[in-house]
Amino acid sequence: MAKNDVKLLGIWASPFVMRARISLNIKSVNYEFLEETVGSKSELLLQSNPVHKKVPVLIHGDKPICESLVIVQYIDEVWTSGPSILSADHYDRAIQRFWAAYLDDKWFPAMRRIRGAQGEERQELVDQVVEGLALLEEAFGKYSKGKAFFGGDQIGFIDIAFGSLLGWLRVTEKVGEVKLLDEAKTPGLVKWADCFCADAAVKSVMPETEKLIEFSKFLMAKMKGAPSPKN
Amino acid sequence: MADEVVLLDFWPSMFGMRVRIALAEKGIEYEYKEEDLGNKSPLLLQMNPIHKKIPVLIHNGKPVCESLIIVQYIDEVWKDRSPLLPTDPYQRAHARFWADYVDKKVYEVSRKIWTSKGEEKEAGKKEFFEIFKTLEGELGDKPYFGAETFGFVDLSLIPFYSWFYAIETFGEFNMEAECPKIVAWAKRYLQKETVAKTLPDQKKVYEFVGQMRKRFGLE
Repeated sequence: MAKNDVKLLGIWASPFVMRARISLNIKSVNYEFLEETVGSKSELLLQSNPVHKKVPVLIHGDKPICESLVIVQYIDEVWTSGPSILSADHYDRAIQRFWAAYLDDKWFPAMRRIRGAQGEERQELVDQVVEGLALLEEAFGKYSKGKAFFGGDQIGFIDIAFGSLLGWLRVTEKVGEVKLLDEAKTPGLVKWADCFCADAAVKSVMPETEKLIEFSKFLMAKMKGAPSPKN
Repeated sequence: MADEVVLLDFWPSMFGMRVRIALAEKGIEYEYKEEDLGNKSPLLLQMNPIHKKIPVLIHNGKPVCESLIIVQYIDEVWKDRSPLLPTDPYQRAHARFWADYVDKKVYEVSRKIWTSKGEEKEAGKKEFFEIFKTLEGELGDKPYFGAETFGFVDLSLIPFYSWFYAIETFGEFNMEAECPKIVAWAKRYLQKETVAKTLPDQKKVYEFVGQMRKRFGLE
């Protein structure tokens, strides 16, 4: 398939964009990565995702697909000759979707808020995130069946949904000076994180923690910057 | 071996209604168990320990949680009849995107309207109209979101119809005047027996919401 048949609109720092990139890599799909400029949205982005105006957007042919987990499932369903991302078993698929939704609806929103929070609120958020990691450790034990990933021998849907968030987890730990992924409490996940980041489909698209820290400082500065007229 | 299907649910829940409609569409026999959300059953806590919420589908003893995940599960297991999602991957992605939009937006904003007053309520209403305008845009001139027949997106949104009377009354506006296309779509969809039999009466939901408002000190 011609390279420019598949385009991905994204930002290097976005974990949601990373999900799409990992999935395309798993399927060995050639694609053109169109980097959006932070702070301004391209015409193409506004046209292809008028509802949310957010990345990632996968453009296949001339058809846009939005929302990271929808994109991952689309990639899995279209490129069937590559390794499967979701399980063939209906029940296992429901479990995989459940955990991805848990990460997006509960765990990641709590983790994101840690850095900006203080005092009791902060402690509550940290507790929530740590509790969530304990649940994920249990899930990992159950689903990996002794193998490297939630998906077994290969990266699967939960690995992608969770692993893409590791970069920002590390930023939170460093900048927030808090230990979240603890080898004493969640040894399985610590090992899994190393395997995930070392995987061929992930390595080239996982941003370095230091770069993410710089980026997050840049974002914070932008938010506090001189107000510009809204149009 | 016959399938054993149990649904843990709560009658006014829009999320539970989605599952009930899906089961009705597929003609699946199941045991309905009404939960008292103020006093959750040990079964619910065991089957959904993480969220402790309904609906939960228990299929041959194994729980499936989260309404849209349950609907997809039902569609995949009982795939020999009444498909709920399209077969084409792009159409499926499109359906999932819009069902996700309904999930992210409609419930929250509806709740804002019936649980608040004054400025907050007005802000909620403004957002509500914007969201439904977007939905009307997506519906366009099609009879259903799923085009010729109803599908995943229709199913994800239709339960809100049973809440329209409550929301418009407490919100002090008229749904038909503000969102005529959506109301027309809903009435069209309600001609389906499976939907008409499944959705609770709007007045019953209104009374229920009234009681909840009293508990929140809004009445």
